[in-house]
Amino acid sequence: MARAHFDVKKQTGFTTIALFCFVMLYAPILTLVVYSFNAGTSIAIWEGFSWRWYESAFANEQVQDAAIRSVIIASFAAFVSTIVATMAALATTRTRPFTGITFIFASINQPLMVPEIVTGVALLIFFAIIKIETGYTGLAYLLIAHTAFCIPFAYLPIRARLENMDLSLERAAADLYATPWRTFRYVTLPLLWPGILAGGMLAFVISLDDVVITELVKSAGQDTLPTYMLGQMRRIMTPEMNAISTVFLAISILMVTVFFLLNRKKS
Amino acid sequence: MAANATVKSAPPATSAAEAAAAFERRDTRNRWLLSAPALAILFFASIGPLGIVVVYSFLTKGGYGGVEWKFSTDAWASVFFTRDIFDDTLGFADAHLSIFWRSLRLSFLTTLLALVVGFPTAYFIATRPEKTRALWLFLITIPFWTNLLIRTFAIMEVIRNEGIVNSILIGLGIIDQPLQIMFTDTAVMLGLLYVYLPLMVLPLYASMERIDFRLVEAGYDLYANRLQVLRRVILPLVKPGVIAGSILVFIPSLGAYVTPRVLGGGRNMMLGNLIELQFGQGRNWPLGSALSITLMVVVMVALLFYVKNAGKSGVRHG
Repeated sequence: MARAHFDVKKQTGFTTIALFCFVMLYAPILTLVVYSFNAGTSIAIWEGFSWRWYESAFANEQVQDAAIRSVIIASFAAFVSTIVATMAALATTRTRPFTGITFIFASINQPLMVPEIVTGVALLIFFAIIKIETGYTGLAYLLIAHTAFCIPFAYLPIRARLENMDLSLERAAADLYATPWRTFRYVTLPLLWPGILAGGMLAFVISLDDVVITELVKSAGQDTLPTYMLGQMRRIMTPEMNAISTVFLAISILMVTVFFLLNRKKS
Repeated sequence: MAANATVKSAPPATSAAEAAAAFERRDTRNRWLLSAPALAILFFASIGPLGIVVVYSFLTKGGYGGVEWKFSTDAWASVFFTRDIFDDTLGFADAHLSIFWRSLRLSFLTTLLALVVGFPTAYFIATRPEKTRALWLFLITIPFWTNLLIRTFAIMEVIRNEGIVNSILIGLGIIDQPLQIMFTDTAVMLGLLYVYLPLMVLPLYASMERIDFRLVEAGYDLYANRLQVLRRVILPLVKPGVIAGSILVFIPSLGAYVTPRVLGGGRNMMLGNLIELQFGQGRNWPLGSALSITLMVVVMVALLFYVKNAGKSGVRHG
């Protein structure tokens, strides 16, 4: 009889490991968040609640500087990569296979296939050559590098959205003598908008999070928030790091939540 | 535009087939033009520079970093071999080989552990009622999209000598001296497991979600025990997910830079750190280039293995 009531969906062993896995994933993050409110200077001994580390992080000029640079780079990279990715997605979906389409796919997905450290080193060498030739050491190197590796992340949600859209509305617009541009502006774009927004946000988060490529490409004094934090990790750390991390986490989680909601509407 | 004009001015005698062919040519050209900006950026700041790395790996190293434009295979030789400074004999580059070995071993162990923890987790999510499933999945996805450096920092706070784990163990009187986990291979492996675990769970879940659990019930009804059901029913069905998850964990582990740097310290380097070192203090750009290409080749082989196996599993239940 016991066998008849056996439920395949309740595997106690598996459930235990799964719950352990969730605890494992969240416990360190929660600890980090909790200690950002520590009144003491330790990141392990709790001495009461306080906002002091948030205040000191916000007042820290290096942090301000790095945060502003991070946002500038991420905004630029997200904006440009989303535009070019939208164009590429329009070109590579809802079509019969044409000469070179595989080449375009492979090129767009290339940043996902090569380890970041290799791309970083390649850019370091390439930009070193340009720096010697031109003498320019500004932010443009980081802007273009981030734009490039954001392209596949912006491309994927846009492409997914396009593939679920059929062509009949656009054909109808064309039949009603709309020019290609007006068809795009008034039919395709409004339908595609959630995908574009999702792609842009994903690109923004990816750029904001990047450590490896930025660390290798940046010139002196061009720290972003993650590379600043990486530099600080060699020293004795105070809960200020936790406070910066917590704000960072909050922004990422907010964007991912919105991303999910945008994607869900589609289905 | 020229093609456009020809089509318009073509005499009415033009056959429909020709017009269609002209339309297709124009369409293809427009699609290339639309893709061009993305391709231009990628070739300038991602694909093209990889070619330069290949060139640099065959040059002579410069005195203060950089290169001299003289052909040399020294860099490639020194990936695996080292020349004795006293008697000029060739020996294996033990320092490099031990780092290769550590990278492979830690990546492999990380993948294995991720599979052991990730498989039950994916099974758990796949067997939840549909309403709560999305929430559990979301809980796996959130850490995946949060900053890798911050997650590494979070795990570091847990395993440090003054960290939570040691504080609790000492508080409970189980140990008197803190366990030295930081700056060991164990720390690096735990860190890699922590940061890449979601990459295992997500593809595993994707293939488990499609399992018809009546098949599992049928297995039990036919008197198979749990292990047999797992091996003979579930595993064959989720094999694509297992392969995809393993590749997705193995590849970034192999090229990891941040996690070993933060948790392993200077002595427990992985391949990523060795590469970076050549462009920093090591000042051996050709060697760094050769090492980068070595890493890329290993990754490509892993990817090819994946593509080949993913192709095979095209015919499957569901």
